[in-house]
Amino acid sequence: MSFALETIGVSMHFGGICASNNVSLQVQKGARHALIGPNGAGKTTLINLLTGVLRPSAGQILLEGRDITALAAHRRVGLGLVRTFQINQLFGELTPLETIGLAVSERMGAGGDWWRVAGSRGAVDRQIVEILERFHLVDVMQERTAILPYGKQRLLEIALAIACRPQVLLLDEPAAGVPEEERHEILATVAALPRDVTVLFIEHDMDLVFSFSDRISVLVNGALFTEGSPDEVSRDERVKAVYLGEDEVDD
Amino acid sequence: MSGAAMQDLTAQVAYHLARRARWRGLEYVFWAAALASVFFLPAKHLILNEIAILALFALSLDLLIGYAGIISLGHAAYFGFGAYAAGLIAKHGLIGEPVLALLVTGLVVALLGFITSFLVLRGSDLTRIMITLGFSLILREVANRFAGLTGGADGLQGVTMAPLLGQFTFDIGGHVAYMYSLTVLFVMFLVARRIVYSPFGLSLRAVQGNALRAAAIGIGVNWRLVAIYTIAAAYAGIAGALLTQSTQFCSLDVFSFERSADLFVVLVLGGVGYLYGGLVGAVLFKITQDWLAGLTPQYWQFWVGLTLVIIVLVGTERLSGWLRAIRRLAFKGQG
Repeated sequence: MSFALETIGVSMHFGGICASNNVSLQVQKGARHALIGPNGAGKTTLINLLTGVLRPSAGQILLEGRDITALAAHRRVGLGLVRTFQINQLFGELTPLETIGLAVSERMGAGGDWWRVAGSRGAVDRQIVEILERFHLVDVMQERTAILPYGKQRLLEIALAIACRPQVLLLDEPAAGVPEEERHEILATVAALPRDVTVLFIEHDMDLVFSFSDRISVLVNGALFTEGSPDEVSRDERVKAVYLGEDEVDD
Repeated sequence: MSGAAMQDLTAQVAYHLARRARWRGLEYVFWAAALASVFFLPAKHLILNEIAILALFALSLDLLIGYAGIISLGHAAYFGFGAYAAGLIAKHGLIGEPVLALLVTGLVVALLGFITSFLVLRGSDLTRIMITLGFSLILREVANRFAGLTGGADGLQGVTMAPLLGQFTFDIGGHVAYMYSLTVLFVMFLVARRIVYSPFGLSLRAVQGNALRAAAIGIGVNWRLVAIYTIAAAYAGIAGALLTQSTQFCSLDVFSFERSADLFVVLVLGGVGYLYGGLVGAVLFKITQDWLAGLTPQYWQFWVGLTLVIIVLVGTERLSGWLRAIRRLAFKGQG
């Protein structure tokens, strides 16, 4: 059977530094798969490789069994592989309405329309409304994104990815920097995704990881260290050691 | 949420998305003034014709800089190519009717823009500046070398224009020329306006704002840039063609670096990213140039230079800030 997302021996070198080292990762369809590891383990690099921001030095990337290693980033989105960013990557000068409009138009094949006035396709507008509603962004849809409160920007970051209607969603620390009381709002929107959407996410908050994931991969120094169910990983002494300090792994 | 509320919200979304595309009061004033100049300033039609052509050329660069963030220091390449193409078409009688010749020239220059876009769009800003500059210099030298075809340094002689639409003969006072250029400018402006407020135009602003994220929501960044570069090249080419058609002459100076550089002055004067910058800038630039040249024929460039330094020091931000304030005042009550 084919996996939703699979890497085969993917490596990435920046000069002499090896940011990803022969990573072979399999993500099951419909999984809630967490990617954890200490800072600098190469988690974000892996996301960049999966989404086509970076090209691997070696190895293959398969989406639903199809080789996408050489595919441009925007084409992968068209195939349903969508991501969010650890640090918000939004369009500061546009409004949330326009931002979501961009993603919806693109998905519905209307993004390149140059003769139509924006907003003149009802089907697009209805989907925009649906996303704005779901992410509680209606009341700020007319504001400039740059001046929105951080929590709203974070919601927009996630909403923008969902607006692309992903089959495989890659979340790079979705709740990063969000105050405790606003976190559940963001996570609720992720948890509410249909079960057939595959989610691969990076997260440092272990409570979140263990409550949300059904599979965990641990990355250390660019290489896959271990993998298993939340139970297995939580019992693994070596993983604890990795988080406490490299020295103790030897014991 | 009830169906009615949903419908209401959808209508709001449509309304707000189209907000930027709605005509503002000051826009009507601008075009009414342009139309009035046809009737009330017949003695100025020659310079007004130059202004209209410069405005179209500047509009073309504004599409690149203001909407896609592509900086070109050799935009005269396409202006010049269009100028020579229109000249050669007329001289050899390939297409008699000027409007049709203009359209064909636009298509030819669009093709040139499309091909060269792949070179230009590869690099960063600095690379782009160098490549565009180099390309315009190359074209100038090519036109210089192929003197048999282009007349070389003497310019393209013997261009005679057939009557416009088979009806209106180009006159020495530039009356027909101005009405022609102004009409073309207006039509091209309408098209540009349509483009920048479309979903495609919105995606350009997204690409300019954050290309990484634009790609991450499925926008083919490179193709969007190729498209706008091609469109901008066609605009520049049509401006060049208008110059040749209305003066019935064309020389190497259409490719000159000064022509590309002047365009920046125009856009600094008028501002970028709201379509009228090139138009307002062209009016200010030509009138200032004309006025200063009258005052001090030898030193007018000194004054242009000084004006520029002052504007940049005072801050273009502030200038456009004033414009915004004026606009806000003018549109009050329009929502």
